[in-house]
Amino acid sequence: MSVELFFQYIVAGITYGIIYAIVAIGFNIIYNTTGIINFAQGEFVMLGSMIAISLTPYMPLLLAIILAVIITMLIGALIEILFIRWLDSPSVLRMIIITIGLSILIREVALAIWGENVRALPYFTGNEVSSISFGGVHISPQVLWVIGVCTVMVLILQAFFKFTMVGRQMRACAANREAARLCGINAKNMVTLSFMLSAGIGAVAGCVVSPITYSQYNMGTGLAIKGFTVAILGGLGNSMAAVVAGLLLGTIESFSIWIMPTAYKDAISISILLLILFLRPGGLFGSKEEMTLKEF
Amino acid sequence: MLRLRNVEAGYGRLKVLHKVSIHVDPGEIVTIIGANGAGKTTLLKTIAGLLKPRSGEILFKKQPIAGCPAERIVFSGCALVPEGRQVFSTMTVRENLLLGAYVRYKRRQKSLVDRELERIYETFPRLKEREGQLAGTLSGGEQQMLAIARALMSGPELIMMDEPSMGLAPLVVKEIFKIISQLRDEGKTVLLVEQNAKAALSVADRGYVLETGRIVLQGPSEDLLENRDVQRAYLGRDLDSEIRL
Repeated sequence: MSVELFFQYIVAGITYGIIYAIVAIGFNIIYNTTGIINFAQGEFVMLGSMIAISLTPYMPLLLAIILAVIITMLIGALIEILFIRWLDSPSVLRMIIITIGLSILIREVALAIWGENVRALPYFTGNEVSSISFGGVHISPQVLWVIGVCTVMVLILQAFFKFTMVGRQMRACAANREAARLCGINAKNMVTLSFMLSAGIGAVAGCVVSPITYSQYNMGTGLAIKGFTVAILGGLGNSMAAVVAGLLLGTIESFSIWIMPTAYKDAISISILLLILFLRPGGLFGSKEEMTLKEF
Repeated sequence: MLRLRNVEAGYGRLKVLHKVSIHVDPGEIVTIIGANGAGKTTLLKTIAGLLKPRSGEILFKKQPIAGCPAERIVFSGCALVPEGRQVFSTMTVRENLLLGAYVRYKRRQKSLVDRELERIYETFPRLKEREGQLAGTLSGGEQQMLAIARALMSGPELIMMDEPSMGLAPLVVKEIFKIISQLRDEGKTVLLVEQNAKAALSVADRGYVLETGRIVLQGPSEDLLENRDVQRAYLGRDLDSEIRL
């Protein structure tokens, strides 16, 4: 393998990896405040990109994306308020079944609205064939957009959770829900907020990646599986580990094309998911101790 | 300040509290003593709003609060230091305290927060030393102080404490009780639930004895300390062997 090709694979790996990481962080945010896995996370990504695509004919790209993200966030909030909020201490299994049901529902609604057509947002800068070259490595400008936007988003999220009062409130609910309520924090609102936040970052990821991967009503399922693999790989609830795990999975997938037919690419993440669930259910960076404290 | 009338509460089909009536006047330290499983924690949880009472009346500052959610009750000025400390272990000491002051942020009294924080650090110099440390890495005594400090950050008029001495070394227990009587001197009202009856009665003005969900005895602390039933049941005095001597 030439050096250029090697770097080409790396860049492709990072591009997909960071998208997986964003989906995984979406899983983590909701997991941290509620203790459940929201299997409709991939659908947020799909909704974000599909709504943005539908809006682009009527307004500038940036505005369409912002509006799509806001709409997806509202849908996220609505889902939580309609289906999760009023449940009185539901079991984990019940909540998971609900989110799986929701993902199917959203997919079917999307199919009814947008049909089976494959669509895509236009490239943010340049077009399909434009590329920037770094010493023989050719990179599409959109790839830089994906990496840039996602990196900034991860950093903003970190700052949000660390330095803002609302972020601290969400972490407090994750750490100890009852104690958070005793501080006067409305835990239920924090759960709604966590759904909005996950929906929002999912939608952003869906928009930036749409020009490269294209969007379709069922794109969420694959992304949810990859994102879930990454979340488990990094250790559920740990967002920084999810970034590392995402880049790892992305790179592994990208290099797999070199030795295996492309069709097997998706099988890799499933195999990794199974392996990690069998061997290290706490994730690469999780500790055994932490695992014993978790509900599942 | 706080008045309970015939409060009944429990979990599921299990009834824990049977017609409990107590009252706490402003500026008092009132203690509720009782053995394991007597319903002490249930009582505090019911007042704090973590548990809905089945019947009865709870008045705080003459306002009915029975059935209000916990987050509303904190805003009315009644804070609970929960059993087993319950600090936010993955967050720093400072963050724990700031979250305690959430009530003040919500009331837009941000300037008060810094002042309160300084006051708290004066009362608990150890917490200032460990300001940037994760709360989960503190010792049991320090965590208890943090839990008390966090509740104080909301500026409560009534502070309820659920077994603050649990699992702590005698010296630390002494320190905690010193802080509790200091709180009264600052004009706060304290409702203290304890298994350590001797220590609790020695700082409290009045006390209630809770047995299997019923108030069986009440009175000034000195009277309860003198009471032979209390001595036998909660203060570990072996009256039978004394008589034989």
